[in-house]
Amino acid sequence: MAFLKRSPWIFHYDGSSCNGCDIEVLACLTPMYDVERFGVINTGNPKHSDILLITGSINRQNEHVVKTIYRQMGDPKVVIAIGTCAASGGIFAECYNVLGGVDTTIPVDVYIPGCAARPEAIIDSVIQALGILEEKQKQT
Amino acid sequence: MSAIYTTICYVLLAPLVGGLITGLDRIVTARMQSRYGPPVLQPFYDVFKLFGKANLTVNRFHSYYLVCFLVFIVMSGSLFFAGEDLLIVIFALIVADSFLVLAAYSTNSPYSCVGAQRELLQMLSAEPMMLLSAVGLYMVTGSFNVSEIASYGKPLILYLPGVFVGLVYILTIKLRKSPFDLSTSHHAHQELVKGITTEFAGPSLALIEIEHWYEMILLLGMVYLFFAFNPVVGVVAILFVYFIEVVVDNTNARVKWELMLKSAWLITIILGVGNLFVLYFVLHL
Amino acid sequence: MGLHMNWILFLILFPLLPAVLLLFFRSVSIQKWIVLVASALVCAGSIGLAVTCTQAKGQYFPITSDIFNKLIVAGDIVLALVFLYVCRRLPLKRYWIPLLAIVQYAAVVWFDLSGRVPETTHYIFVDNLSVIMALVIGIVGSIIAVYTIGYMEHYHKKHPEIPDRRGKFIATTFLFFFAMYGIIFSNTITWIYFFWEITTLCSFIMIGYSRTKEAVHNSFRALWMLLVGGLAFAAAILYASSICGSVDLRQLLAMDKSVVMLPILLMSFAGINKAAQFPFAKWLLGAMVAPTPSSALLHSSTMVKAGVYIVLRCAPVLHDTAAGAMVALVGGLSFVAASALAVSQRDAKLVLAYSTIGNLGMIILCAGIGSHLTLWAAVLLIIFHALAKALMFLCVGTVEQMTGSRDIEKMHGLITRMPLLTIIMLVGIAGMFLAPFGMLISKWAVIEALATRNPAFPVIVIFGGSLMLFFWMKWMGKLIAVTGPQPRQDEGIGIEWFALTGLAVLTTLAVPLYPFVGIHMIEPLYGFSPMLNWNVIWIVGIMLGLILILPLGFFIHWKNLVHVEPYLCGANVTDTHQFMGSLGSARDWSFRNCYIDKYFSEEKLFRGALVGSIVLLILMFSMEKL
Ligand code: SF4
Repeated sequence: MAFLKRSPWIFHYDGSSCNGCDIEVLACLTPMYDVERFGVINTGNPKHSDILLITGSINRQNEHVVKTIYRQMGDPKVVIAIGTCAASGGIFAECYNVLGGVDTTIPVDVYIPGCAARPEAIIDSVIQALGILEEKQKQT
Repeated sequence: MSAIYTTICYVLLAPLVGGLITGLDRIVTARMQSRYGPPVLQPFYDVFKLFGKANLTVNRFHSYYLVCFLVFIVMSGSLFFAGEDLLIVIFALIVADSFLVLAAYSTNSPYSCVGAQRELLQMLSAEPMMLLSAVGLYMVTGSFNVSEIASYGKPLILYLPGVFVGLVYILTIKLRKSPFDLSTSHHAHQELVKGITTEFAGPSLALIEIEHWYEMILLLGMVYLFFAFNPVVGVVAILFVYFIEVVVDNTNARVKWELMLKSAWLITIILGVGNLFVLYFVLHL
Repeated sequence: MGLHMNWILFLILFPLLPAVLLLFFRSVSIQKWIVLVASALVCAGSIGLAVTCTQAKGQYFPITSDIFNKLIVAGDIVLALVFLYVCRRLPLKRYWIPLLAIVQYAAVVWFDLSGRVPETTHYIFVDNLSVIMALVIGIVGSIIAVYTIGYMEHYHKKHPEIPDRRGKFIATTFLFFFAMYGIIFSNTITWIYFFWEITTLCSFIMIGYSRTKEAVHNSFRALWMLLVGGLAFAAAILYASSICGSVDLRQLLAMDKSVVMLPILLMSFAGINKAAQFPFAKWLLGAMVAPTPSSALLHSSTMVKAGVYIVLRCAPVLHDTAAGAMVALVGGLSFVAASALAVSQRDAKLVLAYSTIGNLGMIILCAGIGSHLTLWAAVLLIIFHALAKALMFLCVGTVEQMTGSRDIEKMHGLITRMPLLTIIMLVGIAGMFLAPFGMLISKWAVIEALATRNPAFPVIVIFGGSLMLFFWMKWMGKLIAVTGPQPRQDEGIGIEWFALTGLAVLTTLAVPLYPFVGIHMIEPLYGFSPMLNWNVIWIVGIMLGLILILPLGFFIHWKNLVHVEPYLCGANVTDTHQFMGSLGSARDWSFRNCYIDKYFSEEKLFRGALVGSIVLLILMFSMEKL
């Protein structure tokens, strides 16, 4: 159904990060970028959302949390890893308890490089994710 | 006969109109925040999307309360638009709201339950004023029947200004708008996630959204009663009141429940009851 | 006519038989059969009376022989002695408790024996109000009596330290029926007074049943408070016989208001006292130490209902008077204050007690105003309240026996542990406040009836009603929380089930039956009511249908449901009642209702309600001449 494309609700999780990408995600919601134009709503509740935005890397502490949140999202769902940290662990990769990027824990559909990732890139990734979402819905 | 038509109209059109108003609401809100805002039809896109999503549940019972909720909201609104007794309309609305609260309690999830408690407090704050406005309308028109109140002919707002202001005040609570969006809200917030709706996902959430539209139209219908002497004025009044709600929504931060309860009851007693007493003495002396 | 008379005499006198038998037969199984048969007969008798005798305008049954009157006087003396006997162990400084009894009985008996009480032959009187009351007492009361058998069995198993005097307990139940039937069928206030004091004695016995310190204390508090009401009643008799020249209630009500106002107010005062309105609420709150069936009895069909019944009888005189408005305000105050107090209570029985006080307050409010419409609503309230309240008490009693607690917080998720009982309990709670159940129909009728009058009255009902909704809803929410798979608990067995399901069915059935009761019984009594127009009946019918049919959907296994755990910010662990703490270990979370002690606690409100109601009572008596 096309409606999925028109109303992507996001849920934002911030892992082991420097909060740089975190701030950029929030910037998308500001009047400057206003993602609500595309029907995007930042829900704050995985059960209500379609797209999981993760900034920062995965460590032993949040690994379980990320898995739980992912499980609690209703199908169809996509995961976007935002920033270098989320993609590979970034500058935190060598830390004693860091597992690496998001894909060490849950399947990731879109990667956005950048340290920090630019809001335009984030919006672009959401648009890309919509295509994947649609495909996933068709499969089920 | 016309009662049947208006009822059918309500059942079929209320979600459409309610959705449109919500869409406009979101655009106006966005403009107030100097954003562009979503398309007008965005609320419908959201609901249709939600119907296509997986129906997540914590246990197999809690979503069903929402079906009861929907049935009673529609029943309440239908009674209103069929021109029946205003009191039973409000009572049916209370039953409906009770099902929402029970649904949240049934999930046994902390966020939902906090939301449920707050929803109860919202009901406690708002219900007296709702019933009081019914009594006020009765004192002027001599009837509890919506049809007779609507066809009374004189501008009721002139008799019941205090009651009207009180009703608009608690309308913010009923529409779950800031500063009284304690139990849940349309915006993201971390303090209680999504409150009463936290555990509802997909189709269940869509149901809540639709119910909200039905409820909104019913409440705006109550506002209309005060201006029923002239339909044009009535519609303008509804739009104006809703606009005020949006302004209030955008200019106020959420308050604590104590302030909500106290202020709502104070307004009810001072403006609502005060208005009734003045009216009583004017009419009887 | 002779037939009716027989029904009435049967109803009044028959309960004495099982009462006496129960005292003599100690065997549990024989007691059981006595109770079963006697309850069935009482119930059948009430229904029989209702079927054969609907007397809109009321009917006297003259008794010419003086023997009954002599018996009543003798009974008065015996009762006075019994009161003195029960007070024998009281410490000397509480001398005023027996004194209360001595004063009133000395005065009444002296008046009677010295021939100052005017003669009348109209001792027995029946109208539709009596018939409705008889039905309530007969049906609800006998169901409670049946429940008692099973309950006492468990009770004594659980509390071996309490001496087993269950025969006496159940005998008191039947004595209660005797007294209640006496009150509702008597027409002379001397007779009513006799039965009135028997109910006081019965509640004294029941409250003190367990003979613990608390029980004894509370029973004596109930005794003195109720004797104050009795004193007012005795004063009414003295005044009526010496100034008004009649003790015939009908005649008194027909007299000029300025003449009879004082005795009527005194009787209303006694009614307010018996109905546990503020400032006398404490006796009913203390009564919950008794075994639950007695609470059920006191709160629903007997005792407090005698109080509202007498005020309802006085209503024609109270109508449109300043003093009547004060009576109404006492009721209104009790309604709002008790509903507010109930918000802060965790103890299920206390919540029920406060809600009883509140609902009776609404009835007194209606009676004090005394217009046809409000009386109409009051009668509906009596019926519906008796059913739902009895049901609630029996449910709470069963829960207490099975789980050992009546804390509402401990009832969290009861539906997963005791599903059947919880469903019955939900019917009871819904019956107390939710549309379209009876109490809500009555509240609706009350608001419609009051809206024509001074706005103060509807405002009282509206605010009290909102508070009521609040405390019932949060209790209901506790019950239905689904806490995941739990071990099923034993739900209590045997004969209690009959009582519980019976009352649940009746609570529901009363809704579709209300138009019939309205048309055949209340309308001839008080005239037409807006609650009887077809639109209303249809709406109520549809809503009832919905509320009965919709829950069936809970039994459907919906497909496509995806089960996940509740949202806990991702910190879930396997046990749903735990979360992952920040130090990596699972910690418990639990959830409590809000009780808003800050505003609604007993310390904050009780004294205010006491003072307010005493002021209102003083105003009531000082406005007697207005
Ligand atoms: S990618 Fe760079 S900006 Fe983003 S969280 Fe990591 S370190 Fe910070």
